[in-house]
Amino acid sequence: MINKTVSNADEAVKDITSNTVLMLGGFGLCGIPENCIKALLKKPLTGLTCISNNAGVDDFGIGLMLKQRMVKKMISSYVGENAEFERQLLSGELEVELIPQGTLAERTRAGGAGIPAFFTPAGVGTEVAEGKEMREFDGKLYILERWLKADFSLVKAWKGDTAGNLIFKGTARNFNPMMAAAGTVTIAEVEELVPAGELDPNQIHTPGIYVQRIFQGTAYEKRIEKRTVKS
Amino acid sequence: MLDKIHIAQRIAREIKNGQYINLGIGIPTLVANYIPDDLEVVLQSENGLLGIGPFPPEEEVDADLINAGKQTISMVKGSVLFNSAESFGMIRGGHVHLTILGAMEVSENGDIANWKIPGKMVKGMGGAMDLVASEAHIIVAMQHCSKDGKSKLLKQCTLPITGIKCVNKIVTDLAVLKVLPQGGFKLLERAPGVSVEEIQSKTEGRLVVEGDVPEMVF
Repeated sequence: MINKTVSNADEAVKDITSNTVLMLGGFGLCGIPENCIKALLKKPLTGLTCISNNAGVDDFGIGLMLKQRMVKKMISSYVGENAEFERQLLSGELEVELIPQGTLAERTRAGGAGIPAFFTPAGVGTEVAEGKEMREFDGKLYILERWLKADFSLVKAWKGDTAGNLIFKGTARNFNPMMAAAGTVTIAEVEELVPAGELDPNQIHTPGIYVQRIFQGTAYEKRIEKRTVKS
Repeated sequence: MLDKIHIAQRIAREIKNGQYINLGIGIPTLVANYIPDDLEVVLQSENGLLGIGPFPPEEEVDADLINAGKQTISMVKGSVLFNSAESFGMIRGGHVHLTILGAMEVSENGDIANWKIPGKMVKGMGGAMDLVASEAHIIVAMQHCSKDGKSKLLKQCTLPITGIKCVNKIVTDLAVLKVLPQGGFKLLERAPGVSVEEIQSKTEGRLVVEGDVPEMVF
């Protein structure tokens, strides 16, 4: 089996340069590649395009990359939780492309699956449809949406093996599997890395073919945005 | 006039046995508290879960288990987890039967605006455009008028649209209304103590009133 293991986050992201396109998994702060983000923050990067459902919060996740002015453009579905994001957007320092969440997921899936474009009903009659090709199927209008790909995809899984096979936990799966397939180089960080052969092949969510580098992360904070408990 | 709790209670009566349901943020989330015990329904969270359970006890809070509002949750027995592409596949594919969400404006032909106010910070549409573009039955929970007293039930939406011709029913603090296929808001029920005249005066779009309109009973 091909061994995809690298020693740590710094080694995993060492060839990520300025002005590249990154995908980062996660929904809110759930299932984000914490270790890779920390490693990127140590590098003098600028001009990054980040494709991620959200943009972190002021002091965690992609919010930290924004604070260091590493990001030129965000492609997301919802960016509401971040004051620094708002400041950079209003001052024109940051470019933002907002995409319906299901369209973002499907465009990413298409990128990894060799489908250059597809038709979706989401956004018909809205500003999302402006300038895009429309077509009617069986009496209903649809918008043509193109695939999304990245130079590097940074994903986070619960368990992984040295062959790059991944298992996710809970709702931390979200965009991670599609992004793993849509990256030219996909870097997976996992909470527990095991030798190939130790994961049950029946239970693997993302096959290792999509993953070029894998490492076991450290010191996961796993921050909770809205802690709600039974009253 | 209905408060938020009563709007949620009234919407809960729309739920049918065997439905898969997506609840939006705000009043729609409250609906989960009033689903009758004898109904078997499954709540979908678009970040990748079928089978949302109640908020967890403190000792069971799990950062890897949240709803689309980013709140920590639990799972009911028989739950299933999946990725975001699969999640929106089941939404667009019409497998989720009922979507309940909030709105800033609804037009008499069923257009909805709920994601963007020009001049204010744009946060994004999240999953709203995909949800309203699905074949699901769409129920809107909202106040009948904005804070400055303007009707939110309009001839045409003034704010940027989220989806066209998609809303089926609206439950407000004043009334339950159905969007007619040919256009217009048909008044189905009045909130306790609210007259047809008051609803008429606060509805800018075409209001259709046929016969006696019953008052909701709680």
